[in-house]
Amino acid sequence: MSQMPQPTALSRCPSCEEPLEAADRFCGACGYDLSAVSAPPQDHPTITMNGTSAGLPPAAPSVDWPLAPEVDSADVSAPVHRAADIRGTDSGGSELPHPEHPEHPHGDPAGVRPSVAKRPAGQPSGVRFDRPSEPDEYPLAPPAGEVRTAEGHPADGPDREVPADPRTADLPAPPAGAKVCVACRSGQVDTDGYCENCGHAQPRERDHMEQELGAVAAVSDRGLRHHRNEDAFAISSTALPDGSPAVVAVVCDGVSSATRPDEASLAASRAANESLLAALPLGTHPQQAMHEAIVAASEAVNALADPSTAQGEHAPHVNAPACTIVSAVVTSALLIVGWVGDSRVYWIPVDRSSLPARLTEDDSWAAQMVAAGLMNEAEAYADERAHAITGWLGADAYELEPHTVSFKPDRPGVVVVCTDGLWNYAEAAEDMAEVVPLDAAERPLHSAQVLVGHALDGGGHDNVTVAVMPFPAPSQGAGSA
Amino acid sequence: MANFSKSNVPQFSVDVYQNEYLPEGGREVNAIVTVSATGGGTIGSAVAAPHLYTAGQGPDAAVAIMVDCSGSMDYPPAKMRNARDATAAAIDTLRDGVHFAVIGGTHVAKEVYPGNGRLAVADTATRDQAKQALRKLSAGGGTAIGTWLRLADRLLSSAEVSIRHGIVLTDGRNEHESPEDLRAALDSCAGRFTCDARGVGTDWEVKEVTGIASALLGTADIVADPAALAADFTHMMETAMGKEVADVALRLWTPVGTEIKFVKQVAPTVEELTARRAEAGPRAGDYPTGSWGDESRDYHVCVQVPTAAVGQEMLAARVSLVIPQGDGSVQNLGAQGLVRAVWTDDMVASTSINPQVAHYTGQAELAQVIQQGLDLRKAGDVDGATAKLGRAVQLAGASGNADTAKLLAKVVDVVDAAAGTVRLKARVAEADEMTLETRSTKTVRVKK
Ligand SMILES: [Zn+2]
Ligand SMILES: [Zn+2]
Repeated sequence: MSQMPQPTALSRCPSCEEPLEAADRFCGACGYDLSAVSAPPQDHPTITMNGTSAGLPPAAPSVDWPLAPEVDSADVSAPVHRAADIRGTDSGGSELPHPEHPEHPHGDPAGVRPSVAKRPAGQPSGVRFDRPSEPDEYPLAPPAGEVRTAEGHPADGPDREVPADPRTADLPAPPAGAKVCVACRSGQVDTDGYCENCGHAQPRERDHMEQELGAVAAVSDRGLRHHRNEDAFAISSTALPDGSPAVVAVVCDGVSSATRPDEASLAASRAANESLLAALPLGTHPQQAMHEAIVAASEAVNALADPSTAQGEHAPHVNAPACTIVSAVVTSALLIVGWVGDSRVYWIPVDRSSLPARLTEDDSWAAQMVAAGLMNEAEAYADERAHAITGWLGADAYELEPHTVSFKPDRPGVVVVCTDGLWNYAEAAEDMAEVVPLDAAERPLHSAQVLVGHALDGGGHDNVTVAVMPFPAPSQGAGSA
Repeated sequence: MANFSKSNVPQFSVDVYQNEYLPEGGREVNAIVTVSATGGGTIGSAVAAPHLYTAGQGPDAAVAIMVDCSGSMDYPPAKMRNARDATAAAIDTLRDGVHFAVIGGTHVAKEVYPGNGRLAVADTATRDQAKQALRKLSAGGGTAIGTWLRLADRLLSSAEVSIRHGIVLTDGRNEHESPEDLRAALDSCAGRFTCDARGVGTDWEVKEVTGIASALLGTADIVADPAALAADFTHMMETAMGKEVADVALRLWTPVGTEIKFVKQVAPTVEELTARRAEAGPRAGDYPTGSWGDESRDYHVCVQVPTAAVGQEMLAARVSLVIPQGDGSVQNLGAQGLVRAVWTDDMVASTSINPQVAHYTGQAELAQVIQQGLDLRKAGDVDGATAKLGRAVQLAGASGNADTAKLLAKVVDVVDAAAGTVRLKARVAEADEMTLETRSTKTVRVKK
């Protein structure tokens, strides 16, 4: 498509004529946003759609999961769970409806593997559902030892060092005590963060954030079309009572049609992370810990609502701060996923001959329409309401329904935890697997950077946030240089 | 005096209301800037009871009252008597310690009290002497308001005070000097003192009176019935006594490449300020706002910015409040507001109009269509006048401007207010038409 972003086609900055490198996304001289030169693809901003669920059968489960694709579907966006042996429960532990898939494209006759041992050789996926009602599948036992992350950071002391924004990193250092505008390079930056000459807002800390903790890394970027980053993440490592590692990633996407979405995502990601860090070392069932973390995140976002805007019982906080949440906990044997909204987790096996999978089911209009059998996937996703979310954290959410699922993967892989700012550019699990570097398990930060770069190269239409974590969680000391 | 322990330096605050989102290629940024001064010494009951003030309390101020003594003031004879009584009432409202003078105005200006190019200092004795002197006022001669204003300026500038204010009362047209002479007098007085202007009766020219008030950052009104003068003068003087800080300017900083389309006060009245900009350093300009008591005013700022890519954000204007000092420096009053521009491809965000901006855009149009409608009516263009005044009825009704709606209803018969369908009244009292014209710029704030 001729209108797709083609930064390499520009040899000089359209703003200041500075010669450009092929891969430049911003002019190194004046900071001009080179992606803006070309028209971006369709955007899918995160918005809520109040009342959508009202039209659905109340008895319909919020997650009809897993779901098999149509055999004859050549549509790349169609596959949801080709790894048909993924199965989950809701936090309550009850089994989810599971339709039969007699024409499964991978010749897998049944969707559920009762255990790893029963899996026939050559099965496409290494992920499986783990019933919380069978607690003996969690071989979690003392003793606890000293737990440190692979890089030697104390387990509870996440490294908050934030690298420089790549958009400004290559600019000459400003004179001592004065910041120079990245847009015009002549004005100084005032205390409000605006240029005293051209008025342009300067990059903020949250515009681009990176963090690495040995076994997990995350990158978040404002993207190219939004004026601030409303995504947030938190990553951390801790230990289970037996001393084995547990790695945590939380990613949240602020709902841009609500007020202060950036505060909502920050509060939610921090609260969920802290809740998990408190619960996991105590031996709390990880899936239960995930459920409680999402509830804690929800309460943190609710607390942001301004009570003065309350307008009656049924709309207590109109337009209150809101966000999505998705989180993953990786241990030496388990992968626990929890979410509300349309942020996602993907499973990418290290051995790429195995099939990748999406592990979450969006709380979105399209997903609900498909789940309720009112539309097929192609119809639902073609609708302009497709990406409206039907579940979120925030005081104006109808009812909090945290989804949590526990998996016991039978092979190594990487877990990709991301907002729609990334998956809009790699929707199907196969597409995501294609852009996740082959060495992702060894270089999670690099992989997260590559994935964010993929979204920016695709147009960066939304904020982009991704956490990459290898499975199984590296045992103590593993991976340190 | 614990009741009056408030500092008499008000605290200023600036609030900005805008939709900062622009579509791709969008350049025009509109914002309503609300400036509020609070915590000064204005206390209504104390102002109404000046004896509660001791000398030196409240800011030092000087006031000149200019009373029309032209020959027409004797027709009817009660007019001169009412003017005398009103001036006496205003003098009674002066708080102790305020410098003041009374000027009798005809085709020349005469000092009525205290005389000899001086100002009196208000106390019980001087207030009595001034009221005695009012008895000497008699009607006879023409009208040249410019000469009154120049004399007021000379007298007011003789006092070392922070607030300088004038009150002009006229009953007739400014016939004994050219419009250019009046203009020149207004230009030389602008920024030196503020001035309210009142027209008594119906033989004066609305645009002359409103022009004086506008140029000198005061209020204009009609006192159709001379018997109402005393109450109006008392109220005017109370407001003048409530002023705490003078010569406040709205300072606008805009980035390189921007153009200021307009700056206007939109509440409590519409007042165009765009052309009154005084340059104040690189990319900054000052717009005069006059003196302030405890009050709140709204300004509409419209800025054209260079377009930027979607996702970009820039500061379109920085609003602050300053008091220019004689030596070229300024006293910054601390408060500031930011007018921003954020480019987005979210059409819902970029196409919505901020309710404050929409409201005041309507109020400014209301003032304009009233003026145009009355001008067309005078020119005999019935259809044109009906269309403009119909639009005015529609705007006044939709925005909840009840006072203006009432005034309009005295000039037109309203058939359908929502649709703006009206008929011109066959007979309109001159006072009603003049009242509508004089008060056409009065606005209301956004309905809550
Ligand atoms: Zn450039
Ligand atoms: Zn600049």
